[in-house]
Amino acid sequence: MNQSNTIKETIIRPKKMFSFEDVREIWRYKELLYFFTWRDLKVRYKQTFIGIAWAVFQPFITMVVFSIFFGGLAKIPSDGVPYPIFVYIGLLFWQFFSTALSDTSNTLISNQAIITKVYFPRLVLPISSVMTKFIDFIIAAVILIGLMVYYGYTPHISGLLILPPLLLITFMASVGLGLFLASINVKYRDVRYALPFFIQIMLFVTPVIYPASIAGKYSFLLALNPMMGVIQNARAAILGTTPINWLLINISLTESLVLMIFGIYIFKKTERYFADII
Amino acid sequence: MEQSIIEIKNIGKKYNIAHQRGGYVTLRDVLTNVIKSPFSFLKTKIKQAAGLETKEEFWALKDINFEVKKGEVIGIIGANGAGKSTLLKILSQITPPTTGEIILRGRVGSLLEVGTGFHPELTGRENIFLNGAILGMKKKEIAQKFNQIVEFSGIEKFLDTPVKHYSSGMYVRLAFSVAAHMEPDILIIDEVLAVGDAEFQKKCLGKMNEITKIQGRTILFVSHNMEAIQQLCSKTILLREGKIVFCGSTIEALKIYRDKYNKEIINLNSNIKRRGDGKIKLSSFHIEDIKGNRINNIRNDSKIKFVFSYACNEPKNVHDVDMGFSIEKNAITISTIYSSYTKENIEKINHSGNIIFNIKELKLTPGIYNVRARVLVNGLESDWPKNPVGSFEILPKEEYIKMGYKTEPNSIIDIEGQWTHI
Repeated sequence: MNQSNTIKETIIRPKKMFSFEDVREIWRYKELLYFFTWRDLKVRYKQTFIGIAWAVFQPFITMVVFSIFFGGLAKIPSDGVPYPIFVYIGLLFWQFFSTALSDTSNTLISNQAIITKVYFPRLVLPISSVMTKFIDFIIAAVILIGLMVYYGYTPHISGLLILPPLLLITFMASVGLGLFLASINVKYRDVRYALPFFIQIMLFVTPVIYPASIAGKYSFLLALNPMMGVIQNARAAILGTTPINWLLINISLTESLVLMIFGIYIFKKTERYFADII
Repeated sequence: MEQSIIEIKNIGKKYNIAHQRGGYVTLRDVLTNVIKSPFSFLKTKIKQAAGLETKEEFWALKDINFEVKKGEVIGIIGANGAGKSTLLKILSQITPPTTGEIILRGRVGSLLEVGTGFHPELTGRENIFLNGAILGMKKKEIAQKFNQIVEFSGIEKFLDTPVKHYSSGMYVRLAFSVAAHMEPDILIIDEVLAVGDAEFQKKCLGKMNEITKIQGRTILFVSHNMEAIQQLCSKTILLREGKIVFCGSTIEALKIYRDKYNKEIINLNSNIKRRGDGKIKLSSFHIEDIKGNRINNIRNDSKIKFVFSYACNEPKNVHDVDMGFSIEKNAITISTIYSSYTKENIEKINHSGNIIFNIKELKLTPGIYNVRARVLVNGLESDWPKNPVGSFEILPKEEYIKMGYKTEPNSIIDIEGQWTHI
């Protein structure tokens, strides 16, 4: 920390709610954030035999299987786009969201040995899980570029500009929901067994393997899910076949913002007794 | 006047016993409860909200006040459950206090465990960086001290081997080396010296001496190792049941601890964490010599008795009582004995009474030992206090003291014998 002449003064009091000091503190611990992310990536790629290829392999195989069964045999419509590329964009964002969500929810339990022994802002852990998943996302995106070349799609530059906001929405939604689940996961240890089921169900209410248009006039219900706006608009932006739906983006943005504020609120509220009950 | 580097004002920590009891709460159970008996659930909720419900609370720490000046090395001692670890956890910000305020002037490093965050799959080199970062060091700082850390640990050859292949000794050495180079203004240490071989322990104590005497840093040090406390600490705080009972010179603190509080009996009737159906409950534990005097300091060749007192509500229905205990040192269990091992289970029990184990000889090295106890009825758990029910100190034999003999703090068994040379 600061080696300057001013002495760093720490005051420990009964815990208060979230404040700006928390944000500054996370910034001070940015190196730890980097190290946690680095650790997760390094360990994962050391443990799995095929290493870094795993991040590519997983969505790729899923895409192939989905294309054969849903696109080929079940003939699920794909808004006039070749099914593999249609489903791959959906999967790319969906996997970022779902893996970040499940990792964030378990982050306190899996790091309990550290939490009960050392102090650092606890929010560093969930944020680093999402960073790890974001790197996976980038690696898996390489396949998408291949698919686009293969099917002859060129994205619009203006369309690509919308991708960072879409990623931000995904980030906020997964962190928000993840923090909430992480907090109840500490208290109720059976939550983590229900979680994979919950995520699987969510896959089917998100337009990943089918277009939102399939729901007809009820498609607005799907918009309750922030990932709907993300995936629909990611397809629009990358493929340029449909116009970008700004209303949907705003809905998703609002939803994910609410989720994140709610998640942080619950997390901070329960944070004080994590170390006591873990 | 010089400002204190640590100011602890009126610190208290309250726990709800309900939180601690019997493992984890599951959401399923809570939901089943709500659906099965919604009214009683509502009632307790309302009572809780109105503050009427008498929650079982206990104060792990209460009214803790003290100040530490720069460069002081303060020891913290006390029996199990006195609140030492809770105090360190509050000081290292792992858990917040319920009341009070602490001001720490300077960079704080806490070492409640060596090797926190070490990942078995990563190499020694990688773990130095990871562990350093977790302890609050900057990347640049770790890189600067990297060679010193490696040299101190003495594991140069295995730097690029995953630590899962390390021996436990190497692991501890590397972990301590990282921690020792953290250079905080205030260092908080919990019992970490109880690990590693004797030679490395000496090296650690030397390093800690250097940290304080030469670099002028401040240390708070919790230990059961009285020798280490005596060597390092100028001042010692004695805790008992969450309160400071003495704060002053180390020699005096150790004397009070040995003479008075170490002898004290832990009251097992109060709200301690325990498991079992409670058919028989342990009420106290103490040690007697052959004359029937209660003792806690034992010469290891003396005959003694372990006395477990119990209470039982329905003695008529209780048969086949299996009494067991274990002895541990530095958190390592060194012996476990149950009455069932020798088919000496107790057939008839009273409303209250003592179950006694007669010990012919305890061949243990000097140091403090804890006793844990457990009772089973018909093979089912009846009472199992989570924490030790008592402790005793083995004193060195007189002939050893005369010789100026010193024991290794981590050794356990005292083997008698003689050296010859042919």
